Amino acid sequence: MANINLLHPQNTNPDENVISIHNLYKAFGDNKVINGFNFNLKRGENAVVLGKSGSGKSVLIKLIIGLMKPDDGNIEVLGSKVEQLSSSQLDEMRVKVGFLFQSNALYDSMTVRENLEFPLRRHWIKKNTSKDDINNLVLEALTNVGLPHTIDMMPSELSGGMRKRIALARTLILKPEIILYDEPTTGLDPITGKEISHLMNEIQKKYNTSSIIISHDINCVKIVANRIIMLIDGKCYATGTYDELENSSDPRVKQFFE
Amino acid sequence: MIKNIFIEIGLITRFTGRFFIEVFKPRFEFNEFLRQCFYIGNKSLPLVAITAFIMGLVITMQSRPTLVEFGAQAWLPKMISVSLVREIAPVITALICAGKIGSGIGAELGSMKVTEQIDAMDVSGTNPYKFLVVTRVMATILMIPILAILADAISLYGGYLGCNIHGVVSWDLFWNQVFDTLVFADIIPSILKTFFFGFVIGIIGCYQGFNSSKGTEGVGQSANSAVVISSLLVFIIDLLAVQITDALNLN
Repeated sequence: MANINLLHPQNTNPDENVISIHNLYKAFGDNKVINGFNFNLKRGENAVVLGKSGSGKSVLIKLIIGLMKPDDGNIEVLGSKVEQLSSSQLDEMRVKVGFLFQSNALYDSMTVRENLEFPLRRHWIKKNTSKDDINNLVLEALTNVGLPHTIDMMPSELSGGMRKRIALARTLILKPEIILYDEPTTGLDPITGKEISHLMNEIQKKYNTSSIIISHDINCVKIVANRIIMLIDGKCYATGTYDELENSSDPRVKQFFE
Repeated sequence: MIKNIFIEIGLITRFTGRFFIEVFKPRFEFNEFLRQCFYIGNKSLPLVAITAFIMGLVITMQSRPTLVEFGAQAWLPKMISVSLVREIAPVITALICAGKIGSGIGAELGSMKVTEQIDAMDVSGTNPYKFLVVTRVMATILMIPILAILADAISLYGGYLGCNIHGVVSWDLFWNQVFDTLVFADIIPSILKTFFFGFVIGIIGCYQGFNSSKGTEGVGQSANSAVVISSLLVFIIDLLAVQITDALNLN
């Protein structure tokens, strides 16, 4: 195990809100995608945001990570108001928040090792960190996702499920406190999708991460969700556990579980 | 249509303005800059060299009959050296690079944009403008003048061979005539303008890639637009350069 200190020692208070969203608004022209959204994510919680395609789920997590700016409202991540952060503060915040992209977003021109080293070299490692320590961190992250043998492969040589796991390893390598998953099982076969869903649960247990998962894969939702938030008309339309929402009498909620 | 052109010019200007802010701010991405220099210089050299050699040979062979008509074939090395060094080698190099490097940058960054790799860089705490744009533009600014100087030398060698197809000009005589003819007023403006060629090729390629949309179709459009716009700007800079050297009485 590499002798490197955590940049951000993890708080373990389960009642602490790691993400708080108040009255969030975002529109593209006349299309009000997020329209007065309120939400709190507790530490160690896996919250799934469920909604139709185009309902603003991906926009929501891009607003949280600061890739888009809200029209109104505020987002607090680990006590920092995202819209008030300078670009260097935003970079610091992003070290603590991992983001798994729908398309995986692995750097095509780099090997798996270079993909994983890229965020490490920029944030985590001190100047005197040896190559062995970096190598150990990369191997640890790859072992966590069950793919240590792919270390010198190019992303184009990997299958869809392997690429998703490598992207997850890259997200994990900075040991984030929060992980935002953008449709983690989209485009995968049901078996691989199930494996990825279980892997997400293992990661949550191992690192006590808090997660927001954007998905409309009901099998994935069933496995990973501690709580589900229904994003309908840009608002938090309903919230509850899987069983509560599955048994809801509201037809707009029920249609997702049929 | 006209409104869209002005909007596009405004966006390119803003994108370019950001370059001058970011280029002086740390952190400096030296490794990526060197990688891009190697990629841009090394990968473009064979194409630039072959084109420059052919242009030197062809210009010499086509100019010869006209000079023979006036009994002035002895002036051939003088004439081709001025036309190759002042105009043909730098502009041909810039156009080759606009096609090869500009389209490459446009397609690479466009593909990174549509597959969310640029966003991934952003969320991993790396300024993608600095890492991707500044390094590539600095590399084109540095490497295109070097390629143009090499193209000057190679095209003149092509000219030397062209002179010897229908006549006999010794190696020493040819190069003596070339260096007797060329003065700093020929060489320096032609090298200076290649820095600007490098800048527009880099910045337009990056702008088109960075603003790519509509999936794979958008990537193709980015690469295409990068070549068209940067080639056009190369000619406009060339036109401005000749006006400036004319005004300074350097022609």
